[in-house]
Amino acid sequence: MASVILEENVDVVVVGAGHAGCEAALACARLGLETVLFTMSVESIAMMPCNPHIGGSSKGHLVREIDALGGEMASCIDHTFLQSRMLNRSKGPAVHSLRAQADKAAYSARMRRTLETQEHLQIRMQEVTEIVTDSAGALAGVRTISGSIWRCKAAILCTGTYLNARCIYGEVSVPTGPNAMQAAGHLTDSLLKHGIEMYRFKTGTPARIDGKTIDYSKMTRQDGDVPVVPFSFETDPATVQIDQVPVYLTHTNEETHAILRDNLDRSPLYSGKITGTGPRYCPSIEDKVVRFSEKTSHQVFVEPQGRDTDEMYIDGMSSSMPEDVQVRMYRTVPGLEHARIVRMAYAIEYDCINALQLTDTFEFKKIPGLYSAGQFNGSSGYEEAAAQGLYAGINAAMKILGRESLRIDRSEGYIGVLIDDLITKENHEPYRMMTSRAEYRLLLRQDNADLRLLEKGYRVGLVSEERYRRFQKKKSRIEAEIKRVRELNIGASRQVNQALEQAGSTPLSTSVTLAELIRRPELDYKKTQLFDKERPELPEDVQEEVNIEIKYEGYIQRQTKQVQQFRKTEHMRIPADIDYDLVPSLRNEARQKLKEIRPSSIGQASRIMGVNPADLSVLLIYLKR
Amino acid sequence: MSELHFPQDTIAAISTAVSESGIGIIRISGPDAIAAADLIFRSPGGKKRLADAATHTIHYGFIYDRKGAVIDEVLVSVMRAPRTYTAEDTVEIHCHGGILAMKAVLDAVLHCDMCQDSDAVFHCEKGRDKGGKIHVRAAQPGEFTKRAFLNGRIDLSRAEAVMDLIEAKNEFALKNSVGQIRGNLYRIIRDLRARILERIAHIEASLDDPENLDFTPQIDSFRKELGEWKEDIRHLIRTSEDGRLAAEGIRTVIVGKPNAGKSSLLNLLLGEERAIVTEIAGTTRDLLTETIHLQGITLLVTDTAGIRETRDLVERIGVERAKQSIREADLLLWIVDSSVELDENDRRIASLLAGHRAIILLNKTDLEAVTGEEEVRSLLRAADEAGSAADDDHGGLHSILPFSAREGTGYEELIRVLKDLFFHGKLSWNDEVVITNARHRELLERSLESLERVSDSLNQEMSEDFFSIDLMSAYEALGRIIGEEVGEDLVNEIFSRFCMGK
Repeated sequence: MASVILEENVDVVVVGAGHAGCEAALACARLGLETVLFTMSVESIAMMPCNPHIGGSSKGHLVREIDALGGEMASCIDHTFLQSRMLNRSKGPAVHSLRAQADKAAYSARMRRTLETQEHLQIRMQEVTEIVTDSAGALAGVRTISGSIWRCKAAILCTGTYLNARCIYGEVSVPTGPNAMQAAGHLTDSLLKHGIEMYRFKTGTPARIDGKTIDYSKMTRQDGDVPVVPFSFETDPATVQIDQVPVYLTHTNEETHAILRDNLDRSPLYSGKITGTGPRYCPSIEDKVVRFSEKTSHQVFVEPQGRDTDEMYIDGMSSSMPEDVQVRMYRTVPGLEHARIVRMAYAIEYDCINALQLTDTFEFKKIPGLYSAGQFNGSSGYEEAAAQGLYAGINAAMKILGRESLRIDRSEGYIGVLIDDLITKENHEPYRMMTSRAEYRLLLRQDNADLRLLEKGYRVGLVSEERYRRFQKKKSRIEAEIKRVRELNIGASRQVNQALEQAGSTPLSTSVTLAELIRRPELDYKKTQLFDKERPELPEDVQEEVNIEIKYEGYIQRQTKQVQQFRKTEHMRIPADIDYDLVPSLRNEARQKLKEIRPSSIGQASRIMGVNPADLSVLLIYLKR
Repeated sequence: MSELHFPQDTIAAISTAVSESGIGIIRISGPDAIAAADLIFRSPGGKKRLADAATHTIHYGFIYDRKGAVIDEVLVSVMRAPRTYTAEDTVEIHCHGGILAMKAVLDAVLHCDMCQDSDAVFHCEKGRDKGGKIHVRAAQPGEFTKRAFLNGRIDLSRAEAVMDLIEAKNEFALKNSVGQIRGNLYRIIRDLRARILERIAHIEASLDDPENLDFTPQIDSFRKELGEWKEDIRHLIRTSEDGRLAAEGIRTVIVGKPNAGKSSLLNLLLGEERAIVTEIAGTTRDLLTETIHLQGITLLVTDTAGIRETRDLVERIGVERAKQSIREADLLLWIVDSSVELDENDRRIASLLAGHRAIILLNKTDLEAVTGEEEVRSLLRAADEAGSAADDDHGGLHSILPFSAREGTGYEELIRVLKDLFFHGKLSWNDEVVITNARHRELLERSLESLERVSDSLNQEMSEDFFSIDLMSAYEALGRIIGEEVGEDLVNEIFSRFCMGK
């Protein structure tokens, strides 16, 4: 009898077409692998179901790094943003962070078009229900809800918040994914059968309000930067100087908080209806009122969702309160007195994994060939998802192609910090990137993401020859100019001293190098042009890099030293097949942790809570044998 | 985060147990070992450089401290890699001046970089021409052996045996260092860390959420607080300087009921002609402690208020402290008045002795003996049965000696017993204690250095994202003193204190 089910053969299956899935699928297809991208609905490709912005503190860094590695997110937002700002401009360059308001529909549409026009990539709207393994327990393919089998060499799970999703506000609790999209109900069972440990996390989103019912005159208008700086190193800055859309700032007040407090017993969070673990950094407004009861007001940003819609996103007031409470509380906010809600705020619960089950290439330790990325790994945020998707996609491809895997350590990028934290540390809430998580952040700046990672993107094959050549030119210009600035002596001439005094700087008594002048707090590379007759004409990005490298040299050198120390342990690899039961004199706690996490290097082992220096010495001695 | 050191840096420690002869060895190992020794060593002619010495040679000379004063007359052996224990350049300084000199020499080695900066010291030039700063840090327990193994000098079976030992010692060192930092020092460091973390959290939260939070308005108050932190740490370092040599020794507590002769014993010990007496106001201990050096032995003697039940609150606190210091003691000296019958007070004291090494002095042998060794032993046995420490071997832990504080009878025997305990390893007092303390001090210095960098950044008007990194280093270094890792402290602090926005 002929087979009644469909059987297909591809190289890579990507499950889910959110920000992780899109990057993963694009990476694989661009590397020439036949890739199928499964989605619950083609309408939800690259959907932004929560806030309408991309970037922000540390997240902007991730987007730049994605770009340097050859990912898509930066370019996509450069084409579809409504407003853009560089945050923390008054601080040091390491914490400058780009954030853009997105036109949600335009972003989705553009990403979808990019997928559609990508060679080797097909989109398929169907629910994946099962992981199929071979007799050795390695991945063989996936099964879909129709029973069809897709054989593949690698599968990447990017299910976001869709697995067994449930959306809740007040008494309403419906089994749907975000924006009432259909949830995926079967894959969890299959994963559990394969011995994968699942967590249940929760997140939430505020209401969307009809902009026609908002009185913006009671709010503070916030405009974008002029000029706009693009995310992608490839975007011509001239193309992003668009007519920007404003954001509005308003505040909650005692009245808002009183309504919430009076109705706390009706919140599903406090009644026990919601069981998932939520994030501490992005609490619902009722959570804020309880946890920060001394605060009489919280910021509320009213943000556009797109050029072609009146819907406004009420940032800072996510909630799962019943409908009547939501309507009343939003209307206490200045400017929202007559607000009409389009979409209710809700909390969403979903299944995800304990990411300690992944290797440092995001492959499941238990199921070779199966990878995962994004919110499914216990993170939160579009940027965190996209970064992981790209990383998992590249590494799945590298394995299939028999090439060396991509590795990014904590000293090379925020992506490295993100990966290492996820696979090393106990994570009990949706993980958000933060600048304080990056210990070498003076080196991990958004301005030098290409200098840090583009080489890797090129070696992987996602950065074109042409782009790479341009990059090398930029790099050599920076190096040459830094060298020149360090060597150039500026004499204590009357002319120089007059110029210095004019710039509010102390005159010279003996000659100094130009670099020393740049390091003065009141001066910089640009301001020293006056004393520098032979200064070559250089592009803005090269000048910026030279300025930072010279001006903050002392700090950068110290961090570079720390990194050298860090790398020593990071490069001491632990064999994948090590049997910790054979390592003598390890303490029990350390042995358990090492067996669970199976760190790939001594450095990673040192970051595991419960593994102390004595354990590491024991391990080192064992490895030296 | 855990701390790992790699064989690129140079380490030093007292590497022999203190011997009766007073000769001990300071071992320095690592690439800067010879250069470091050159900075503090001078031959009688003043011309010889260890850097020029052939390998495996011994040189006679003197060790100088950073103020240029002679510490000890020494023999220095220079051994170049790889034919050394650690397979690294190694220098061993053989000291003759007893334990105090050994500690001072180790101190000089660990601070040899200060000689590099000071023009007052004649031999500085020797180190300078090598270029770069020479730094030696205190070795961790077992680190020489670890290096020997990692450099392929010893085989695994030997290394494993040593590792077992290290683990045991680590446990001891840990217990010991916890003992040292209980009380005021612990509180000071814990509070200091909490204050630092609060500021870091504010800075980091504002960097992550700049539209909602701003650290800038706090800069002035922060600057002031930073000054206080630095002063606190400087004070701690100063106390460690005054007290570090003195504060290490056998923690000895004299117990006995009132009028048993505690003060007479103390005076006798203090009156010993080679004794050096230092008074340390209780920075780490709440009771007044006398430091007594006797023929190469250092005793840290705490006199208790006398153990007896009391209703007076103030006195009760004193008694509680006494009991606490007994729990932390290495050795108890129990003075029993042999001229009167044992009473309830003696019974209570006996119960405190369970599980402790103690020397029991049957005092007042010059008077008619009413109480003898038998009575004391039976009292101890009774105390044991009442308590839970029934399997303690009192024969091994407790020595009983006849004594007369007034006439000095039994004094020689007491010294003999003390030395026996001290030099034959029966008391857990060894070089690990020195290392632990040197480490604490080094960590304090490191945290101060980090805070100085914060000040520099403030003076240069750098924004807070620069100096918060140095604040974190200070926080980490202080944490290591009290054995606390950083982990998720910062993220937790941010989330608990700040309501993060967009």
